[in-house]
Formats: sequence, structure tokens, C-alpha cells
Amino acid sequence: MAVLGSTNRGVRDSGPSGWLAVPALVFFLAFAVIPLIGVVFLSFTSWNGLGEIKLQGLASWTTVLTDPVTGNALVVTAKVMFFSFIVQAPVSLLLGVFTAGGQKYRAALAVLYFLPLLLSSAAVAIAFKALLDPNFGLGPGFNLPILAQDWLGNSDLVLFVVVFVIAWQFVPFHTLIYQGGVRQIPASLYEAAEIDGAGRLRQFWNITLPQLKYTIITSSTLMVVGSLAYFDLIFVLTGGGPGYSTRLLPLHMYLTGFKANDMGAASALGVMLIVIGLGLALLLQRLGGKNRNASQLEGA
Amino acid sequence: MASTTQLPIPPSPATRTIAEKPAVRSKGPGRMRPNLLGGLGGWLWLAVIIVPIYYVVITSFKNQAGFFTSNPMLPATEPTLDNYKLVLDNNFARYFANSLIVTLGTVLPALLVSFMAAYAIVRGRGKFLSLTNNLFLLGLAIPLHATIIPIYWMITKAHMYDTLLALILPSVAFAIPVSVLILSNFMRDVPNELFESMRLDGCSDWAMMWRLALPMTKPAVITVGIYNALHVWNGFLFPLILTQSPATRVLPLSLWTFQGEFSVNIPAILASVVLATLPLLVVYVIARRQLLSGLTAGFSK
Repeated sequence: MAVLGSTNRGVRDSGPSGWLAVPALVFFLAFAVIPLIGVVFLSFTSWNGLGEIKLQGLASWTTVLTDPVTGNALVVTAKVMFFSFIVQAPVSLLLGVFTAGGQKYRAALAVLYFLPLLLSSAAVAIAFKALLDPNFGLGPGFNLPILAQDWLGNSDLVLFVVVFVIAWQFVPFHTLIYQGGVRQIPASLYEAAEIDGAGRLRQFWNITLPQLKYTIITSSTLMVVGSLAYFDLIFVLTGGGPGYSTRLLPLHMYLTGFKANDMGAASALGVMLIVIGLGLALLLQRLGGKNRNASQLEGA
Repeated sequence: MASTTQLPIPPSPATRTIAEKPAVRSKGPGRMRPNLLGGLGGWLWLAVIIVPIYYVVITSFKNQAGFFTSNPMLPATEPTLDNYKLVLDNNFARYFANSLIVTLGTVLPALLVSFMAAYAIVRGRGKFLSLTNNLFLLGLAIPLHATIIPIYWMITKAHMYDTLLALILPSVAFAIPVSVLILSNFMRDVPNELFESMRLDGCSDWAMMWRLALPMTKPAVITVGIYNALHVWNGFLFPLILTQSPATRVLPLSLWTFQGEFSVNIPAILASVVLATLPLLVVYVIARRQLLSGLTAGFSK
């Protein structure tokens, strides 16, 4: 069989020509690669979004890098990224293991767990805005004063509210990834462990976790790189406020470009986003070993 | 694996175990005493998921007076459909149609070009294809939304601002990297012998692509289609920066504008949330198994 395969491969020089890849390449060059070059170019210009684009050297960069709001946006982005990760990763790992179990009630619960996947970020934000209202939402609903905080108006709380809402929206997707990963673990491993008398915790620690290594890298990369794309949810939920307390980098870029009409500075912020995203993706790949790189990465 | 030289993703251990057909794992832990802690956590998370959804649904049936006076967590005493009527009368059908056009207009071309590219990348050889593949892989690591400003500039220059095509074109491009990745992962599992025997029968690559590769990778095609459709249907950023008039408004953006127009009429705003989600809910109910197993397979590979 192997011999047959290798000789046949020799005949295969009439493999498909590259033109089959051209349509995808053209789309990608036109609306991803050229804009990538464009965002670097625009960061050296001044443009209000309507008039002429004028080259102005490093002025936008100086503005952006000396603006305390940028520093603040970086800190807030890092905080949200960190807290989102430490909330989402364990929860979705455990839920993935839980839903991969064969019990009927778990399958039924899983059907409901995935409902948030269907909602747009705008819908999620609007729903939570209403639910978190101190007068007409959770607090009076459950008659618990502690739930009747001004969740979105209190700058000490709002960051954690944002992290919670992000988790609510994205945990289902990562649960799904983990569920798939757990289902691919050969049952024989567990059977052997049971014969050896290993309990549930031991099995989880010694079989499930190591077997899920690549799944963990995939999901973590998606979470971390993905947190650079949190825009719509926060835009609708808080608009970046109160003050600048939830103004993450992507939102800061949008507001600088399309509200303050400073496209040059916004482009510089875009370049920063790209550099940070690439750096984090490469770092996570390093941590996870060289080989299985690509399938872990996903931009959106 | 002739392809390893040009493609940096060798099959994972997980992929190999699929071929060995592992037994379903359910027997394992099931034999032990019931996992009380796990069960408790499971029900707790259910509450976390359900409470907001429940709140949105019951509130959307309240009238405004009822909203201000009743307990927020109890269903309306006199349920009303007025909120839904208000949303439907506010051009909802138009926004729905726009979303449908943009979603289909993105997903179908994206699938077609990505499938062709994946076929070429997996079956073909040469520097051009490996460079193309690396470019797409790079696209996965970059937060592409950071390029909205040049995209806005290009779209206005091309006089496409405020058209549905303006939403479709960049969405297709953004969908390509992940689509090519998933499709080529699956296509690599199609046995080479099948292609060879078709080749001996005198089949062209074009014919092999549609008559062999497509049927063999159908689950991946469905996965990619669903994943992209969810993204585009729920997309907010492109509509926000590339359209402005009600004639080109899509559903997620309409939720945001309803919020401005109805301002304090929370039940009506929440009714718009329910209506905008309903189409996907219907799809979920009909094709749940397909949808979930497709997504699981696509991303756990």
C-alpha cells in the first residue's frame, strides 16, 4: 500500500494548477492585505475621513503615544484580556468535560448552554443593559439589594461586568471546542485508569488535561487574540464609559477615527492592535510547542 | 505525507485517533458514582445562561406601564404583542432581508473560493501555493478589524459607501483564512488513492473537486458555512462604519438604532432583540445536531 502510494505520487505532477487558489487570493489581497499596508501608510498621514489625505510623518504617532488615553486603553485591554481568560478558560474546560459525558440530562443542558452563540453582540449588550438596570432589572427582580448596583455606571464595577458579559457570550463557543476535544480522547485510557483504581479527579488530572493539551492551546489562543476584537459588545453596552474605564483599544481606535475624525491617529492605534495581536499569537504558539501552529489561530 | 513540507500542520494525535475509531467515551465516568459537584456546577451555569434570556423574553411581552410597576422577573400579567407590532412596523422586514442578502452574499462566494483554494493547496504543489497558504495562515493571527480605516477609505473611494456590496466584499475576504484552514484540514484526510483512481479514469481536477473532494468534505463545508453565517449575520462593525441609511441597515445595527429611537420603551427594544434572534433560533432547532457537531469537528481537529 505504502509502495503503491509513493509511486503514484510520482505520477501526480499534473496536480491542480495554482489558478484554483487565485479567486480567494484576490479577495484576500484586495480586502485584507492592501488594507494592512494601508493602515500602516495612513498612520503617517493626517486625514479627517472626508477631505484630502496629507502626509505628515510621525505626528499621529506622537499624538497617540503621548496621549494618556492610549496608555489607559492599553491597561484596560490587558485587564479585560487577563480576567476574561482566567474566567473563561476554566469554566469552558469544565463545561466541555461535563457536556462530553454521555448522560441524557447533560445533553439536554448542553442544548441550552449553546443558546448565547445565536445572539449578536449587539443583542447581548442590549439584553444585559436592561437586566443590569438597578431599578427595573436583577435587583428588584430577585429582591436582593446587592444585585441592585449601578453596574454599568460604577467605574470600579464596570470592568468586571464587562468581563462577565464577555464570558456569557463566548464561553459556549469554547465549551464546544473542549467538548469536541474530550470526545476524541480514546475511551481505553479511562478504562485502563479505572482498572488501576484511579478516581475521577486523578483521571481528570492525569488523562483528560494532558490529552487536551492542543485543545487548550487552540482555545486559549482564540480567547486571547479574540479579546483584541471585543468591540461591538462594549460599544453598545458601555460606549467605553463611565469615563474611560471600559475604553478598550479597538473601541479607542473606532472613536478616535470615526467620532474624533482623526483617521491618522486611529490608524496608528490599528497598527498597535495588529502588532500586539501578532506578538501574542506567536508567543502562545511558542509556549505550546512549534508544531501544531496554524489551527489554533483565528482572528475574529 | 508529501504535503508536510509545504504545510506546517501535521495531523494531530487527535486526527489519527479518529481513523482508529475510538469508542465513545460515555461509558467511562458513567459507571462511577454520580458526579454531584459536576451536576451542581452544570445546573448553576444553566441558571447563568437562562436568566438573561428569560428576562428578555418575558419583558418583551409587557406593556410599558407593566414594565415599570411589575416585578422584573415575573411574566406579564396581561401579555401584549404591541411591542412586536411596533418593531415589525418599523421596517423590520427590510432589515431582515438586508441581513439575509449580506449573509448569503458573503457565505456562498466565501465557501466557493475557499473550497477551490483548499483543494489547490492540499492537492497541488509549488511555491505559489505554499506562499498563498502561509499568507492565509498569517491572516488568522492578525486582528483584521484593525484595518477598518483603510477599508472605509477604499469603500468610499469606490463609491460603494452605504451599499450592501460594501458589507459583502470585505466580509468574504475576512472569512477566507479560517475557511481555507478548516477545509484543507479535512481535505487532507481524503485518501490519495481515490484521487489517483479518478485520475486514471481520465478525470480533470475540476471534475475531481466537485465529484470527489466535495462529497468527502461535506461536514467541513457545512461547518465553515455555519460558522461564517453566524459571524456575518451578527456582524456589527462593518455595518456601523460602511452604511448609514435605513435602506441598507442590517439587523444587529437596527437593534442599536431601535435603542435610540424607542429610548425608554425597554419592552419594545427587547422585542427587537427577540425578533432579531428568532431566525437563528429556528435554524438551531431544526439543525441543532448538524450545527453543533459540525462546529465541534471543525475546531477540535
